[in-house]
Amino acid sequence: MPSRDFPQVRLHIVTGKGGTGKSTVAASLALGLASTGRDVLLCEVEGRQGIARMFDVEPLPYAERRIATGLPGPDGQRGGVVHALHIDPESALLEYLSMYYKLGRAGKALDRFGVVEFATTIAPGVRDVLLTGKVYEATKRNARNKKAITYDAVVLDAPPTGRIAPFLGVNQELAGLARMGPIKSQADSVTTLFHSERTTVHLVTVLEEMPVQETTDGIAELRKHGLPVGGVVVNQVRPRDLDEDDLAAVRAGKVTKRKLAAALTRGGLSGDAELVAGLLTEARDHAERRALEEAQRALVGELDVPTYELPLLVGGVDLGGLYELAGILRDQGLA
Amino acid sequence: MRAHSRVGPQSLTGGRVLDIDRLLDDPHTGIIVCCGSGGVGKTTTSAALGLRAAERGRRVVVLTIDPARRLAQSMGIEELDNTPRPVDGLHWADGFGAETADQGGKSPGGGAPRMAGKDGGSPGGGAPRMDAMMLDMKRTFDEVVESQASPEKARQILRNPFYIALSSSFAGTQEYMAMEKLGQIHADARRDGSYDLIVVDTPPSRSALDFLDAPERLSSFLDGRFIKLLLAPAKGPARLMTAGFGMVTNTLTKILGAQVLRDMQTFVAAFDTLFGGFRQRAQKTFELLQADGTAFLVVAAPEPDALREAAYFVERLSEDDMPLAGLVVNRASPQPFGDVSAEEAMTAARRLRKDDADSLTAGLLRLHADRVQMVEREARLRSRFEAAHPQVPTTVVPALAGDVHDLAGLRQVGALLAGERPT
Repeated sequence: MPSRDFPQVRLHIVTGKGGTGKSTVAASLALGLASTGRDVLLCEVEGRQGIARMFDVEPLPYAERRIATGLPGPDGQRGGVVHALHIDPESALLEYLSMYYKLGRAGKALDRFGVVEFATTIAPGVRDVLLTGKVYEATKRNARNKKAITYDAVVLDAPPTGRIAPFLGVNQELAGLARMGPIKSQADSVTTLFHSERTTVHLVTVLEEMPVQETTDGIAELRKHGLPVGGVVVNQVRPRDLDEDDLAAVRAGKVTKRKLAAALTRGGLSGDAELVAGLLTEARDHAERRALEEAQRALVGELDVPTYELPLLVGGVDLGGLYELAGILRDQGLA
Repeated sequence: MRAHSRVGPQSLTGGRVLDIDRLLDDPHTGIIVCCGSGGVGKTTTSAALGLRAAERGRRVVVLTIDPARRLAQSMGIEELDNTPRPVDGLHWADGFGAETADQGGKSPGGGAPRMAGKDGGSPGGGAPRMDAMMLDMKRTFDEVVESQASPEKARQILRNPFYIALSSSFAGTQEYMAMEKLGQIHADARRDGSYDLIVVDTPPSRSALDFLDAPERLSSFLDGRFIKLLLAPAKGPARLMTAGFGMVTNTLTKILGAQVLRDMQTFVAAFDTLFGGFRQRAQKTFELLQADGTAFLVVAAPEPDALREAAYFVERLSEDDMPLAGLVVNRASPQPFGDVSAEEAMTAARRLRKDDADSLTAGLLRLHADRVQMVEREARLRSRFEAAHPQVPTTVVPALAGDVHDLAGLRQVGALLAGERPT
């Protein structure tokens, strides 16, 4: 199924502040979008091999590899296939040159004269142009890339929020440098796709002040550059084992040691003073944290974009956890 | 006053403990570099270390890269720019400052008392001093160009589209400019004695290694064959205009258009005279980082990715003979109280829920179970790191319930870094 909330989108770009779990969210979204027979490509561009680690496979080459079966559909339909692609700028450049310029000997000469190295490590912005260019190619497959799979959706695990607007806007910059020629028109097509309704940028955050602030700033920056903002995924939401009444009671100091000790004994534990005092301290910490989270949740609510929430998986995120999160994203309508 | 006890998460592992106060108080420590992957609290750690050092008598400047607005505000410096600005509101740590300095310092733990400034001012007089600044990458680059080239040439470079792209968006520029700024501040401080400790926060790199690679990348840029080729026509020796090079320029012209190549050539030619100086400075800063007075702190969160990056960084630092002081594990889950295991707590919670579906006690027990599980998981991750890197001293900083807003918050983080635990 296409994304319920973003049915027209083909390229889902996932960003977020470092440490908020954007790669996890990108992987879960890919699994979720691949339900009911749809083919999805999950791309990474930061050279970290995060996808290989999450899916527990060998480090990925510069080639589209089948890595998982999508989440089964809501009525038990078989999931589609998730492919993964690790994009590095050197390979992208060589592929680009051979695809568009049929460079045989000249391509080798470029390499020998250090042009490939120059272009991919030093030349301003070219690195990002190559990375986004490949994402563009995978999203809008054309006749040049024979036998390539046409995907129903592409999910990009993108650079962090602080770098996302320059990363996606870099083609505009390059198009500015190159005032004519094939690079200019290539850069223009990429820019057009990124600014179209076929693309959207989702931002991942956690309910803490700095990430929420960065998300707010990120949305403003994306909009300033005319880039489409998708949803905000609030990740790692702590379990809410205490309801509002309980929290109020904890904050007001109404939970007495005597009652707590008695309840613990009923539960089969010794209601000794250390445990009682410890649980009360933990309860107060939790109440403080919850109040801060609620304040941040309210700020996220004011952002005027659809929001989604994923729980903190206490034991860490393994492959099973990714499917669990994918299911939640689908239930909430992002996938 | 808080007790200085090493209990809680710190005592969980048997590894070596990183003594932050000893590091900060050691007058030989001249530079502290905080590095690690994004989102682990590097900037907060840098600011907290700077503050603690200043309040213990060091003259400190904190060089931050792109701090979150709230953090800059917490240091009272909303208008961060490329020049160090004084941070107000510091006060002496217990046992430091005016009275004690006059008596020769009776600081706890034998730390160094405030050192005499070279300006001849009273060593213990006044308030402690800390400056903070934020790196402005483009400004720093422009200043280097302006100071190295003739005014006319500088204007030419600053206007070139390749220079503008390179100085504002090139992925390695921030790292390189951080090195450049560090070199400048260090040279100034040595000349006028303004600071005796520089705390550096490294850029949020896609890979933690970019920071160390900056000088190397610059050198390979300068030595690259392509640059030489671009320069060749400007310098004239026709022998370089080989068939191969002709093919390269033809191909590039075809792909990029002649005008891009021309801009590139103009830029490289104009920049040529500056190259030597650039390389020399990068090399000097690299050596400065290797020197004894520098201490690298690797900052990580107790998460697999962050610890993997930290391990990578630790290995890389030792390969490059960089002085590694230790590992800071930030935002550790707070230690649960008592010895009730996660299973026991969950069993009791289930039993209570049977009688009363919204039993508050059951909720508390489930919270406790989560906390135990998280702490166990983090301890497992840390012990894995420790098994691979037993020589790395570590300090564990428990997560605060709230965010850091002000100097008091930074002070609290500093105390936690130093292993103090509220009792």
